[in-house]
Amino acid sequence: MNVSLRDPNIVMKLSRLGSFHQSKLSFLRSFLKEFKDWDYKRDLFELNENGHGTAVYSFKKENRVYSLICFANELNENERSDRVIATKWDAAFTLFDGVPTKQDIERLRNEVPKQEVGRLSYKELTLSRANKSVRVFNHVVERLSEGKQPDNDLLSRVGYLYRTTAVYGSGKFGLADRFRIKDREEIYGPFRLEMMLVYFVRQFTFDQVNHVAKSKNSKKAVKLDVNICKSLGIGNSTGLGMAPFIVNHPTLLNNWISAREISLKKIREIKIISEKDKKLFLECLKKSIKNVTSWNTESEYQKNKIKFLLSDLNKFIFYLDNDFNFEQDYAFNELYLHLEKEYCEECIEYVVSMMMEPYDDITSPLIKEMSSEEDKYFNIPTERTVEELKTILEKKYPDILTIDFSKNENNLNFWFISKNKEEPRLANRFDEVGADLEQPLAIARDIKKLYELLSVTKNSLTIARFLSTNNELRHVVRRAFIVEKFPYSEIQDNTIGKKIVPIDMLRLKLSFFGALKFDPRSDKWLRICMFQGAPLPEQLKNYDEHWVYN
Amino acid sequence: MRSLSEIETVSKRSSRAAGYSWGIAEEVAKNIRLLEIFSLPGIKNLNSFFKKKKELRLENISLINQNNEATKNEYCPIIAGVNCLDQIRTLENLNEITFKKISYPLLFLPFISRASEIIGKRIFLKIDDREFLLNYNNNIYSNYTKNEIVESGESIYFKILENRDSFEEREWNELYKLSEETFVEENESLKQSGAGAGLTDND
Repeated sequence: MNVSLRDPNIVMKLSRLGSFHQSKLSFLRSFLKEFKDWDYKRDLFELNENGHGTAVYSFKKENRVYSLICFANELNENERSDRVIATKWDAAFTLFDGVPTKQDIERLRNEVPKQEVGRLSYKELTLSRANKSVRVFNHVVERLSEGKQPDNDLLSRVGYLYRTTAVYGSGKFGLADRFRIKDREEIYGPFRLEMMLVYFVRQFTFDQVNHVAKSKNSKKAVKLDVNICKSLGIGNSTGLGMAPFIVNHPTLLNNWISAREISLKKIREIKIISEKDKKLFLECLKKSIKNVTSWNTESEYQKNKIKFLLSDLNKFIFYLDNDFNFEQDYAFNELYLHLEKEYCEECIEYVVSMMMEPYDDITSPLIKEMSSEEDKYFNIPTERTVEELKTILEKKYPDILTIDFSKNENNLNFWFISKNKEEPRLANRFDEVGADLEQPLAIARDIKKLYELLSVTKNSLTIARFLSTNNELRHVVRRAFIVEKFPYSEIQDNTIGKKIVPIDMLRLKLSFFGALKFDPRSDKWLRICMFQGAPLPEQLKNYDEHWVYN
Repeated sequence: MRSLSEIETVSKRSSRAAGYSWGIAEEVAKNIRLLEIFSLPGIKNLNSFFKKKKELRLENISLINQNNEATKNEYCPIIAGVNCLDQIRTLENLNEITFKKISYPLLFLPFISRASEIIGKRIFLKIDDREFLLNYNNNIYSNYTKNEIVESGESIYFKILENRDSFEEREWNELYKLSEETFVEENESLKQSGAGAGLTDND
């Protein structure tokens, strides 16, 4: 049986993308799998009694070494902020390519804590900073120093000791450009070095909390229980910075979504589901419910989504246990068709992620295809004609072409870069100043504009001739030829309309990172948790790949 | 040291701020990255160009001909370059193209380098006495190595080179003959045991 790939015009709608969940394809899970047989080491740990100082952690295999350098500094309560406008943090980190010398560490001690205003070099790969969850950190120190383990309720409500507020890579602030390292097999999956940094930071937070507790009361202090450590991750506060990324990297976006869609297609094409695979799917699905029931958020928007998800999942599990026959041919296809008919988008995408769990043979090869050589597709094929371009727009942007952008509600917002932090922002174009400096992220509106212009242009004209007098729309001409080859490269929605929920864009990206428990703090930023439940570095050599659901 | 990613981002934003469309700004960003990779002074020239752009009162050119001469002032290197890039399939038939007066001609160069990749042919570019052999956008061979600002190009010429061997047939044959010394002469026994031996191909 040949199952078609899902229609981009459905999958690439923001509400659907904003319903995506982590899966076997997620970057933090593929990172752990890739690095499980590397040698982990804590190379340096020089902290004072308050936990301030320097630490170095590394992964090594043959001649390759990646080292995380941590600088933990004193921070006044009134200086602690998760917002991107902050200038100081509890700790700052960089992932170093190789083994840092003392001189490297001294150089970086002056630069890394400054983050965006510091200068890094080609020897550094990623950069980040993090703040303590003060309430949790202090509680854990207090309890450990008294020889007791911390309150589990508090820990599970928060889920982490530290939150990162940005993770940078790929040439930012002088860091190594991707071209320098892209041929290394161990980092073929996207964001692998960012994942490594966060994973090391998680370990640092445990070591630091143990160290401070011991310094406080060396006689009585105990170490944080290994199982508690495992149940904690690293928090992350994420704002709009991530949203333009998925618009600005169309072929990369395509490759992420495409890996998911091809996985689903191949799973739906399996004729006979083995008992073992069926059991694993059901086990992961049922166990995963605790990730939903322990999902805490103050956001009414997310609470509502969780409520529907939970109710749908319970209904779905009941259906599986009582009415569904896994013995039938193409059972996963039947299951998927049933899902599409009966359940909400959150539930559909949740189950799609679960379906991948038994099928390592399907997902593993696709993980290597999730990066992109974007420059290869940059040039516009200017020998093509206006008629061809018009046909591409009609086929690839059917719903976008029906939007009326003369209505204010469809043209309400504009994306801009803030001057003080060079970060993307979204604002109402009719209430705020700055719309004249709009970023090229209103793709739907500009595609519609292009279509209207092409409609009054001679069909046989080449794109070269068309562009010679219409370069204002060059950016979307390029995109249209990209979407022709890469069907999942474009969000099929209006990113400047009244109804836009920007966190849908963040959620899409974070689901591919492997984040759990999205906690929107407004429609423009959210908190998440990464690596919660993941094996600790010492446990990596032999770990359960389905740890997310344990 | 600035990373290429930073160079690209700042070039794109500054090009937009200098009045170019986002699509053209994207092209300029790729070009400056390219110049810097090839150790040519991209940032230096772009910065100087944008500072002086307004007072230069540049001429734009949309359709490129065999001979292009700005009427009053100099051509804009970016608009001339982007149109050369877009129209390279047509220009390929003209073979040799000349321009009189292009402002900041080093900014024009990467468009032609990228055009070389698109048509799969080397292009020889001459900017006054500076010569560049553009090899499919993989590298640039040149007699020019100065890290300087070139404000003006009086005479610019490029020629699309046909894909021909750079050596004579005799030289090839001599080398081929030497390479044959790595082969084993087959005797009767080796011929009998070779792949397909003993089978008829007339079945």
